[in-house]
Amino acid sequence: MDDILLLQTIERYLEGKMLPDEKAFFEQHRKNVPEVDQMVVEHTMFIHQMEDFAANHNLKHSLHLAHEKLLANGDINEGGELTTKAKVVRMWTKYRKVTAIAAVVGGVIAFAISGLVAYFAPATNQQYVAQLGAKIDAKIEQQDKKITDLINKSKLPVGVDIKGGGSAFLIDGNGYLVTNAHVLDGATFANVYNNQGKEFKAIIAYRDEKRDLAILKIDDEDFKTVKSLPYSIKKGSIDLGEEVYTLGYPNFPRNQVVNNIGYISAETGFEGDTLSYQIQMNANHGNSGGPILNKNGEVIGVLSTKQLKADGVTFAINSKNIFRIVDEMKRKDDKNDMVKVSSSSSLRGNDRVSQIKKVKEYVYMVKAYNK
Amino acid sequence: MKAEFNEQALLKGLAENDSKAIETIYKDNFNMVQAFIINNNGSYDEARDIFQEAMIALYEKAQSESFVLTCKINTYVYSICRRLWLKRLQQLGRYTNQVDSLEETVQVEEDLEIHEKRNADFNMMETAMNSLGEPCRSLIEGFYIKKMDMQSLSKEFGYTNADNAKTQKYKCLMRLKKLFFAQYNIGE
Repeated sequence: MDDILLLQTIERYLEGKMLPDEKAFFEQHRKNVPEVDQMVVEHTMFIHQMEDFAANHNLKHSLHLAHEKLLANGDINEGGELTTKAKVVRMWTKYRKVTAIAAVVGGVIAFAISGLVAYFAPATNQQYVAQLGAKIDAKIEQQDKKITDLINKSKLPVGVDIKGGGSAFLIDGNGYLVTNAHVLDGATFANVYNNQGKEFKAIIAYRDEKRDLAILKIDDEDFKTVKSLPYSIKKGSIDLGEEVYTLGYPNFPRNQVVNNIGYISAETGFEGDTLSYQIQMNANHGNSGGPILNKNGEVIGVLSTKQLKADGVTFAINSKNIFRIVDEMKRKDDKNDMVKVSSSSSLRGNDRVSQIKKVKEYVYMVKAYNK
Repeated sequence: MKAEFNEQALLKGLAENDSKAIETIYKDNFNMVQAFIINNNGSYDEARDIFQEAMIALYEKAQSESFVLTCKINTYVYSICRRLWLKRLQQLGRYTNQVDSLEETVQVEEDLEIHEKRNADFNMMETAMNSLGEPCRSLIEGFYIKKMDMQSLSKEFGYTNADNAKTQKYKCLMRLKKLFFAQYNIGE
């Protein structure tokens, strides 16, 4: 009780609520009793600390409110496309002149280089790099057709030629898949098969030969839409040395999903190609179009080619490009406006084996056909 | 000259926890910081954390009496965020090699050291508050953080009169002090 009384007195003293007589008496008391003096000092410090703490608390609350308000007004946004307007405008006013000169110089150089680039474009590197689309052996295909015919009646129209094949994976639960453009070379349509061998009709929604990516849309009433995919597609950058794995159908045309593991061995692709990067991993024909996942279950690339005269040197197209082609597809065709690329992974923290159990459901085998 | 005046006014508003000033600074700077963090291997949540941390550091600076603005607000905020983010990346063992260095930056190491020291103090207070238990915690929060008066506090907590609530508050305060200084002295 005495302590409480003392505390009360000290607080009144610090708040300046004492009468002059009382104050003088208290100050005298402070001088005489060191313990009381110590307590006053301690309490002053503590009250100060409490006030700072309260202010910090209130500020955090205000910041939170400001964030929510600006988010609701659309002044800032999370999740959608980034607006870097403020930065760009400031940079523009600052570097206007430099930009103009650079543009002129750049224009001239670009013009000269574009000729060279066209000459050395990845497509002409067939000699050193093999695309990992499946090669079709007519005999095997015939056998395979018989088998699928036995299991379930194929959805193929009569009189079509198989042009090639590979792997693909869902990026949107409504049936949008990503694969390599070269998997669909010369094809007018494609069918996809899940890991249980079930066949679905698909249309080629978009293809970008330059980036070697294509989007397939499953157009089949037997397909059940997936509410949320377990993996996300990563927009950020990759880390050198990061462990990665892929799932695909290298035993094409056998319907057996195969897992390969490796690590990112270089940040650029063949001869410094910046669209892709290099992975140390074994891959075979048919792996093309398979997802490259990191340990958090994020898709960071699309497996596409391997170097011919080196062991296990494989290249993957950076997953950033998936977002770009989805945007281009939306711009070209209103029909696909609703595509939403999976952006959250529920696999974080799971080990690879349990990740693969979930991911394999969404990796499909592609067979490309020409009528 | 006018822009400079505006910035001073904004900082004054921030120091007083004025919501209009906070929103203005927030709106002018957030997107730049978010873009920087996203481009350097970060997520949206991390961008928000780092930015708000920087706002708190700016607030602390604006509050000190010796405060002089030697650069623009956006340069200062960007520098703090950049420093904080690089540090965070290092702690997480994530690396990035494309740190954007086109923006102007200023030296902020000293300010950040002070800020971190303050954060450590706040953490001690938070821990002390958390181990206080109810209703002590709410009573202390009501009085010192929400700044409610004794009359309404006693009503809210159901004390028969303000004096009883006051006695209870002092008892709680004494326990809180003990808890806080116990950590403080170990920390020192």
